[in-house]
Amino acid sequence: MALYKLQINGKTYEADVDADTPLLWVLRDNLGLVGTKYGCGIAQCGACTVHLNGRAVRSCVLPVSAVGSAKVTTIEGLSENGDHPVQLAWDEVDVPQCGYCQAGQIMTAAALLAENPNPTPAQIDNAMQGNICRCGTYHRIREAVQLASSKLK
Amino acid sequence: MEMTIKTNRRDFLKIASAAGGGLLLGFYWNEAGASVIESVTEGALAEGEVTFNSYLTISPDNIVTIFSPNPELGQNIKTTFPMIVADELDADWSKVKVVQAALDTEKYDRQVTGGSGAIPHSWDRLRQAGATARHMLVEAAAKRLGVPASELSTDNGFVIHKKSGKKLSYGELAADASKITPPQDVKLKERSEFKLIGKCVRNVDNFEMITGKPLYGLDVYRDGMLVGMIQRPPSFGTKIKSVDVAAAKVMPGIVDVVTFKNNVAVVGKSTWQVMKARKALRIEYEPDGNIESSTDHDRLLKELLDSKEAEVKRKDGDVDAAFASAATKIVREYQCPFLAHAPMEPMNFFAHVREDGVELIGPTQTPNSARTQVAEMLGIPPEKVTLQLTRLGGGFGRRLKTDFALEAAELSSIVKAPIKLIWTREDDMQGGSYRPAVRYRFEAALDARGNLIGYKLRGVGINSGNTTREHNFPSGAVDNVLIETIEHQSPITTGAWRAPITNFLAFAEQSFLDEVALAAKKDPVQFRLELLERAKQRPVGQLGYDADRMIGVIKLVAEKSGWGKKRDVAQGFSVYFSHRSYVAQVAEVAMKNNQPTLQKIYAAADCGIVVNESGARQQVVGGIVDGLGHALYGNLTFKNGEAEQKNFDTYRLIRMKEVPEVEVHFVDNGISPTGLGEPALPPTGGAVANAFFKATGKRLYRQPFMQQPEMEGVRLDQRM
Repeated sequence: MALYKLQINGKTYEADVDADTPLLWVLRDNLGLVGTKYGCGIAQCGACTVHLNGRAVRSCVLPVSAVGSAKVTTIEGLSENGDHPVQLAWDEVDVPQCGYCQAGQIMTAAALLAENPNPTPAQIDNAMQGNICRCGTYHRIREAVQLASSKLK
Repeated sequence: MEMTIKTNRRDFLKIASAAGGGLLLGFYWNEAGASVIESVTEGALAEGEVTFNSYLTISPDNIVTIFSPNPELGQNIKTTFPMIVADELDADWSKVKVVQAALDTEKYDRQVTGGSGAIPHSWDRLRQAGATARHMLVEAAAKRLGVPASELSTDNGFVIHKKSGKKLSYGELAADASKITPPQDVKLKERSEFKLIGKCVRNVDNFEMITGKPLYGLDVYRDGMLVGMIQRPPSFGTKIKSVDVAAAKVMPGIVDVVTFKNNVAVVGKSTWQVMKARKALRIEYEPDGNIESSTDHDRLLKELLDSKEAEVKRKDGDVDAAFASAATKIVREYQCPFLAHAPMEPMNFFAHVREDGVELIGPTQTPNSARTQVAEMLGIPPEKVTLQLTRLGGGFGRRLKTDFALEAAELSSIVKAPIKLIWTREDDMQGGSYRPAVRYRFEAALDARGNLIGYKLRGVGINSGNTTREHNFPSGAVDNVLIETIEHQSPITTGAWRAPITNFLAFAEQSFLDEVALAAKKDPVQFRLELLERAKQRPVGQLGYDADRMIGVIKLVAEKSGWGKKRDVAQGFSVYFSHRSYVAQVAEVAMKNNQPTLQKIYAAADCGIVVNESGARQQVVGGIVDGLGHALYGNLTFKNGEAEQKNFDTYRLIRMKEVPEVEVHFVDNGISPTGLGEPALPPTGGAVANAFFKATGKRLYRQPFMQQPEMEGVRLDQRM
């Protein structure tokens, strides 16, 4: 066990955990940030997606010891009032069914748009390919990313 | 008038605070035949005498709170149920608050998610609940204003007196209204008067879901709570021979390691510590029954199709004579593998077994079964067990079972601590309750003019129950029919998987009928319409379906897809009735760079009145994506009793790139809703396979399609 200082959503958190503990479980078990979801544990489904210095990463395979001073953003910190353009688009298009994968989908989409505010449909598909939605909301996800993109203009 | 039923203090407090001293109407959402509404004064509740399965309350500040009883797993019931109540109430939707109801402690039987049954079951009583409350509010306003009720109307949370221009809000009328005797017979709206029903209403939990609020079972954390994980036998047909827990027990954060039944449970302070310690267990297993592999199943299913004995599910006319006289006979076989449900949220449950009772919290499609089974297991009365539902991160039938809730309770009772039991993804894929593997043989006899004179279906399944739907189309449209089923018992456990049996039977049947139509030299759509006309005019035996509704979806999808009129794409047709609704689909495959590419699927659905258009459209699209994804990729195989696919790296689910365009249409016939959680899934595989045949001349007889020899070098799933 060791004490880790983490920069998450603009705040400093401390967690006393084993070095190999994935960031996902530190967020959920130690810090009470449960919006980031466990789906597979092997970086295959994208439910655990967070931003590390603005880039989308899979927190289920990222050991806490590798985070260092990088800035972590979780779904709870994407916006103060749930009004990030991607979140607004998700509501407007009425994307979620069960909703379990959607935090990860939103984080992936937000990272894409931060890097490329005008993605083509093919670029959207490529960026979102790592996020599974078992309910099959893919069409609405695509539509919401396009809507969010238009909101950014 | 008032019913005297026990309530518990906690329920009362919740209700009382929600009502805030205003009108409180309780009603039975679910119990068939129960008188729908009872008006309850707070006094009666305060005496602890009245409890209900769910409640509609109106507070003085005009907030209408609707308690929604059914488990929400993405079928959108938590939005749709309240819409029905609110429409008849003429409530202001922006002031409706929806709350997930606790499990009722009485004996109601349908606080369940499954069988596409929630709205068909509750449609009338939800409407009556809303309409009755509206009636009472109008009566209260009539008294207060001193005008006849007939001069009053309601709109958007107000009772309005047009003549005087006066209007009173529901909130200011609620207290008076609660003293009015509820009418026994209340007039419901005409369909043309609906204001919410039929509209697109966004999910009431959108904000919570898109901001990451704790909603799901895995998000439950309690003071003193420990995490539990169970090592179950990795192979079906084995049991524990020896256990060495020494290494695991001393690992950091581990509180206890216990063995019960065939389980070794590790209990500790954090998820990761428990995951790591579980890997340090040393367990030997030994055979305990048949140890089967998928190669065994392939052989077995073929052998069993030829058995002398089978359970006859339906017999009309004389099939032997029909086949003996046939000008053309067609025989085809179809097979599907096991599938895991793989909801995105793995199985989990919270349990705290104390001296004085048991607290259960978690995601289940069957809360009442979970509660009563836990009570039975622990040997305590069910009243001692409370169950709080969380949102479900998917279910697809997996959460109809209660094994995870029982495990959590048993573990909590053994270690005497509050436990959150967690299954990993690997546990989920290896843990059973699969969609059964099934093989079918279809046989058709055609006379010289291409009439279908004989039809045989025999299904063999592994722990499948009845593999057929014997009264479904084309039964009733053919003179001579024989439908049989055979079951092989296996240690590999199976369970209901979204659209049980029909999720694959529909593909097999609709692919077969496509071939039969071709042999009869008939257009596949026309062929089915002729059979349905026959079933209407001169039905043979029992009809489990409504021929007119099936004709309705067929004609609608043919019209919308331009069936038979397109030169640049190959179209494939499919139609299926499941649960209570009808869905027809046309898939389009185009040749792109010499590759057949699935471009689009049209769907026409008849689920009766569409309550929430946004939710309903997504149920159809999601069902198609689900049906397509599993037809293309879904495959769970076994080697020596052990699942060979353990996670999403090898168990392939459909992803965004692979979904074609989907266009959805609804039949507008005004009949009461008939459910939509499952019926859009079954037709998809057949429509796609039939379009693929039209494009390439190749037939598909097995799922998953992408692993069949016919698909060698083919990327049907690539759109770009």
